[in-house]
Amino acid sequence: MSTLVIDDLHAGVTTDAGHTEILRGVTLTVESGVTHAVMGPNGSGKSTLAYVIAGHPKYTVTSGSITLDGEDVLSMTVDQRARAGLFLAMQYPVEVPGVSVSNFLRTSATAVRGEAPKLRQWIGEMKSAMAGLQMDPAFAERNVNEGFSGGEKKRHEMLQLTLLKPKIAILDETDSGLDVDALRVVAEGYNAFREETGAGTLLITHYTRILRYIAPDVVHVFFDGRIVESGGRELADVLESEGYERFERTSA
Amino acid sequence: MTVLDAPPSDLAPRVASADYEDFAIPLGREEEWRFTPLDAVRPFFAPAPDAGVLTAEPSEHVRVVDAADAPPAGWLPTDRSAAVAWSGATRTVVVDVADEAVVTDPIVVELRGSADVSYGRVQVRVGRHARATVVVVHDTTVDTAGALVTEVADGGDLTVLSVFGGSPTGTHLWHWPARVGRDARILAAQVVIGGRVVRVLPSVSYAGPGGSAELIGAFLADSGQHIEHRILVDHDQPHCSSRVVYKGALAGQTAHTVWVGDVIVRRAAVGIETYELNRNLLLDRGARADSVPNLELETGDVVSAGHASATGTFDEEQLFYLQARGIPANVARQLVVRGFFVDVLARIPEGRWRDHVLQAIADRLHLSGGDE
Repeated sequence: MSTLVIDDLHAGVTTDAGHTEILRGVTLTVESGVTHAVMGPNGSGKSTLAYVIAGHPKYTVTSGSITLDGEDVLSMTVDQRARAGLFLAMQYPVEVPGVSVSNFLRTSATAVRGEAPKLRQWIGEMKSAMAGLQMDPAFAERNVNEGFSGGEKKRHEMLQLTLLKPKIAILDETDSGLDVDALRVVAEGYNAFREETGAGTLLITHYTRILRYIAPDVVHVFFDGRIVESGGRELADVLESEGYERFERTSA
Repeated sequence: MTVLDAPPSDLAPRVASADYEDFAIPLGREEEWRFTPLDAVRPFFAPAPDAGVLTAEPSEHVRVVDAADAPPAGWLPTDRSAAVAWSGATRTVVVDVADEAVVTDPIVVELRGSADVSYGRVQVRVGRHARATVVVVHDTTVDTAGALVTEVADGGDLTVLSVFGGSPTGTHLWHWPARVGRDARILAAQVVIGGRVVRVLPSVSYAGPGGSAELIGAFLADSGQHIEHRILVDHDQPHCSSRVVYKGALAGQTAHTVWVGDVIVRRAAVGIETYELNRNLLLDRGARADSVPNLELETGDVVSAGHASATGTFDEEQLFYLQARGIPANVARQLVVRGFFVDVLARIPEGRWRDHVLQAIADRLHLSGGDE
């Protein structure tokens, strides 16, 4: 059982021109086995939340806290957070020229597990994880995200998730750039991971489409840097039909 | 003194001579010296009174002879320090692969200097339709200057790897002229990690049509290091090809690298293909990479001619992505740098030497800190 607790989190971007606050008091708890969807319009800060949890150096936390099973996440480096059991599936995975997928995955599995996986066992693990995501074995020899299609990038993120088995997974706009077929494969991959590990999920999305494939237990509406309303799955349907206008009015 | 009679080109040297007095003392304003820290190289503009010579262990294909008894090199120095070293080196390391011989094991030449300043003459000849791999390991424990002259006879095939490894100490000024015969092939790979001031001038000329030259370079400059490559490919024969790919990483605030890639395509050089590329990766703020590709075409009747140059900083998003998968910052940095060099290092054919180079790069990155 793991719990990620975000408490009154304030964060933003600091430049020479000063500090711009983006997160204005986010409070949210994500437990193992529970899927939280965070929905919000463009510019609401929902992706910033994902990157602040992962520790992207661009953002500065000004107050509030994040803990994972009581451990202070904000005092950890990016790689320590990943080793502690947090995983951010990125909207725009980064190309790393000259580094093969297989080398990358093995290096990362070694870091997260604390020891190098035994080669024979590792090859079997890779094979079955890739088969589950309908990936060609030749994929492992390509360079990380280099020349990948949108679908390949997202499948590659799911492949990492499957192999690294985090406690809490954050999916940032995972459905963006995917056609229905690719979305189905990615979602099935995610659901298999969730069932196998019982991980907690923070699913960040603009559209409700992905929620048809990855069912949420709780839906939060994110607006102007904070959660303004929470509810069950039905809240997503309200957003689908009415959009975010209602919140724009209340906030103004 | 020989005044070279090829049609004039701003990119090609005008004078070739073993007498250093035929060259004026560089002042630093000359195009070919403008990037070089002259204080470091000035001692090489006149013969050092107690200079030594670079030699190597003799082996089946390697012998060390009096410079006067060496076979004709077919090359003369084209600048003052080269002339000082060429005329001052009393011995010549000769690597000879007979016509039609196929040597499978790499021929290793480990140069050793006999004094704190040592001059070197190394002559490599691969005979007609012969094939060999030669590895030249430079001595970076002393100051050196010299020439590594390679000749590949008609139909021959030479892979030559030259390595400046070791610590970032000493000044090293080298010319590396290669002459490629009819339908012959050379793959010349250069790795520079060691040496404080390293200035290498690889050049390629063709003795007949159909020759092919590939020049590969990987260099890593740390704080205080100056690594300079000036490449000249002179196409004056038809249907030849040249491909030049140099990649450099700069780790350390005062690291400086220079890459000048000159390609001349003369009127006779119809049907040639040429491409040159330099990419530099700045790992730290303050490091400086100068990159100047020059392509001079005297005929438009070529298959292809192109060049590219790009210098970029270390990509923080790459680092974040790798770290977000649990990989510690220093390991992530090494992965990215290895990835940057991978296509160049893949062209170094010998497994043992490739591993050696990769290890040296990893060691150096570790030395220069990383983030952890």
